[in-house]
Amino acid sequence: MDERRLREVALTPDEYRAIVEQLKRAPNEVELGMLGVLWSEHCSYKSSKALLRRLPTTGPGVVQGPGENAGAVEVGEGWSVVFKVESHNHPSAIEPYQGAATGVGGIIRDVIAMGARPIALLDSLRFGPLPASSHHFEGVVAGIGGYGNCIGIPTVGGEVYFEECYANNPLVNAMCVGLVRTEELMRARAEGTGNSILLVGADTGRDGIHGASFASLELDESSSERRPAVQVGNPFLEKCLLEACMDLAHTDAVVAIQDLGAAGLTSAVAECAGRVEGAGARIDVSLVPRRERGMTPYDVMLSESQERMLVVVRRGREREVETIFHAWDLTSAVIGEVTDDGQLTVVDGRDHVARVPVKLLTDGAPMRRLMGFPPEPPYGLQVDALPPLVDAGATLLRMLASPNLASRRGIFRRYDHMVGDSTVITPGGDAAMLRVKGTRLGIAVTTDCNARYVHLDPHLGAQLAVAEAARNIVATGARPLAVTDCLNFANPDRPEVYWELEEAIAGLAYACRALDVPIVSGNVSLYNDSNGESAIYPTPVVGMVGVIDDYQRRLGAALRAEGDFVLLIGSSHNDLGGSEYLKVEHGHVAGRPPALDLTREKAVNRLILSAAQSGYMHSAHDCADGGMLIALAECCLLGGIGVRCPAIRPEPPLRLDAAFFGESPSRYIVSVPSRAMPEMQSLARRHNVELSMLGLAGGGFVEFEGQLKVSLAELRAAWEVMVT
Amino acid sequence: MKFGVVVFPGTWSDRDCGWVVDQVLGQELVYLWHKDTDLKGCDCVILPGGFAYGDYLRTGAIARFAPVMEQVGEFADRGGLVWGICNGFQVLCEAGLLPGALIRNSSLQFRCEWTNLLVERTDLPFTSRCEEREVLRMPIAHGEGSYFADPATLSRLEQRGQVVLRYCDADGRVTPASNPNGSLHNIAGIVNARGNVLGMMPHPERCSEAELGGTDGLKLFRSVAEGALKVLVS
Repeated sequence: MDERRLREVALTPDEYRAIVEQLKRAPNEVELGMLGVLWSEHCSYKSSKALLRRLPTTGPGVVQGPGENAGAVEVGEGWSVVFKVESHNHPSAIEPYQGAATGVGGIIRDVIAMGARPIALLDSLRFGPLPASSHHFEGVVAGIGGYGNCIGIPTVGGEVYFEECYANNPLVNAMCVGLVRTEELMRARAEGTGNSILLVGADTGRDGIHGASFASLELDESSSERRPAVQVGNPFLEKCLLEACMDLAHTDAVVAIQDLGAAGLTSAVAECAGRVEGAGARIDVSLVPRRERGMTPYDVMLSESQERMLVVVRRGREREVETIFHAWDLTSAVIGEVTDDGQLTVVDGRDHVARVPVKLLTDGAPMRRLMGFPPEPPYGLQVDALPPLVDAGATLLRMLASPNLASRRGIFRRYDHMVGDSTVITPGGDAAMLRVKGTRLGIAVTTDCNARYVHLDPHLGAQLAVAEAARNIVATGARPLAVTDCLNFANPDRPEVYWELEEAIAGLAYACRALDVPIVSGNVSLYNDSNGESAIYPTPVVGMVGVIDDYQRRLGAALRAEGDFVLLIGSSHNDLGGSEYLKVEHGHVAGRPPALDLTREKAVNRLILSAAQSGYMHSAHDCADGGMLIALAECCLLGGIGVRCPAIRPEPPLRLDAAFFGESPSRYIVSVPSRAMPEMQSLARRHNVELSMLGLAGGGFVEFEGQLKVSLAELRAAWEVMVT
Repeated sequence: MKFGVVVFPGTWSDRDCGWVVDQVLGQELVYLWHKDTDLKGCDCVILPGGFAYGDYLRTGAIARFAPVMEQVGEFADRGGLVWGICNGFQVLCEAGLLPGALIRNSSLQFRCEWTNLLVERTDLPFTSRCEEREVLRMPIAHGEGSYFADPATLSRLEQRGQVVLRYCDADGRVTPASNPNGSLHNIAGIVNARGNVLGMMPHPERCSEAELGGTDGLKLFRSVAEGALKVLVS
């Protein structure tokens, strides 16, 4: 077999030999293309599957774990939340606007396929520093807005970090959350021999051919030549597709709905059939509605044209389903049927095109056994050698204005975050919250990952990402329920990268078990490197959902009333390793990330949830990047209320800089009205959690007597430096 | 009072408007499909927000040709209440039911944020429950909401008092800084000469319950619901 042809379909000579062995013949061109995309890293998870088995995926509320279009957990009153996060890194590196837009479009279709109505979008983004990376940054933000705003699903949260390591490889991870009555949850299983397979939505064009294979390679100079491998989004069409699919819920004519994403028709049909033992499918490509002339069966089977869905319909009821799509002026066509021969057979009218066992497509890719080897540990940090804090006020201003801490208002005001009349906690605080109309339930949603921690210690860093996500959920008064993860890593063929992947997955598994949050869906994106040199920090993004039984009891981060006591919950240590303070003030990325005690973490979270339920607090905010003083300043800026505090006298060995800017986990800033203070104190004692009084809410300054006094106006000017 | 909410393909505020009409106000609600050729006896037609037909050509440019719009035009001519919100305002301008046009925000970016609106007319069916020169807090969410009209049209609008809502600061001062999109004269909403067709960019349906951050939008919905009731009684 021609090496060049193999490289084009991203197969190795070994994999080709395995194919010939299984088929007992050489594959033809179309079969080779189909196997190439499905055996790509992006579709087959051949480098990560063995590791992913370590993740906890079950729990009392889980109604759908990994393996479907998205995961689902019950939230009460007959409702389930469906959610998943997915990467669109490689396309966004090449064509930021369309890459991000189609990333959003793709993840929405995953949720629709489960029969759920999408209620929220979140985006976890990583770029190189501005202004050098503004081409990526501007394009991606515009693309997310362009798609989400048009389709009418609120974009309510996410994160943005700027680090050198993402300059050539920006990360764009999109998460979608949907709601469905539990009994109406759909599964994409091609059941019932003889049932019809419909293709609906957009016509099929030549766009995006080999996109999945492209996403499984390192970027290099030729990458921009792959621009045709990036698809173009049409959010209007997807809006119609969404509404039509919601209308399908009223009929029992539909057996399954499957999104067409990476690897297009080939993957959608194979996955749908692969979920049912012994099932196969027969597809006639001549029946596929096309956007352009002269397309070959190869093009049709591999096209990644957006806004298409596969619908399996009970035989004889096709008309019913087609009527629904026609009402939305959508094209639908019967293109094949479900069979019981376990083969994916492709014909072009009367001509035979391809015939491959479904199992060979979905599970045939030989798992890659890679070696992990720890790299040289990043150089250590002598905390004692750091010069003492000179001017806390000036440092606070510099930190607030730093790209990773500055206000994100300039970004989220470009996203419609209110459409749907359900956003009861808007972006800018910890988690966002959506109400479930007709109930008192609130769904809290967040994404988190401080990749600097993961870079310094993958196992601990991944745990910290889970813990921070949970804290963001808890800060709103909601209980963490479940996780979706997006594992963004560099080239796993490099032993140190594979080691990072192993460690990070182990860390995720450990923290998710400890905090009782199963991982119900996710995605792996490898090869985030360029030219074999620059590689990203290992970035396992954690998307989490939680629930509050009565959203009227939800909490925001903003201070609400003058005179409230402002408290720090949890204990502080000299946690300057990997901190924003170390980077901004001392120019280092070094040391060990903060130690995490998950038992303490759970105790603190229980305290906050219990106090929230009892209504003792007016606000709660997670202490995360930038430490206590940054969190406190955010509470003040969000509420427009200052705080007056006596000087902090940290008990040795705690340093003053660590007390202000150290990033010890398991901590919150809360505000409590004076009448509730006794109850709050006794509750903290009962949970055995440290509670320290910082000061009183009020005035127009953030003040620690004799240590710093900065006006809210000055703080806001620094914080909103990116709001232009 | 029967509200009809028009649904074009690509409309997304239909369900939010419907929610307020039906669940918050307890009024009769009917959805009007863009292919419908009658208005099902409704007393007020709402053209809600969204991206009708994708708005790929120009906002509202295709929607004005929808079958339902012919009925909406005739209904307006007969004095029926027509209320365009966001994309609905854009459609009304394209359809010629209101003068002027909505062009790209001066920031060249989409904006979703809270604004303050000065109410300049309270003698209309849409604003009768508002105080004279009251300041309403209401969110916007649009990329093309900058109101534009030629100088003659603009001065005619001002002279006849057709500017109903103007972007202002929290104290009711109409300032450049309080203008979120570059609208001429800070215009956020206008009414036709007869006073029965209102177009506005801000979203009253997003601030009709306290949990969504404010209830000022409800004043407009109540005005329509109860004002019309008064007409019926008299």
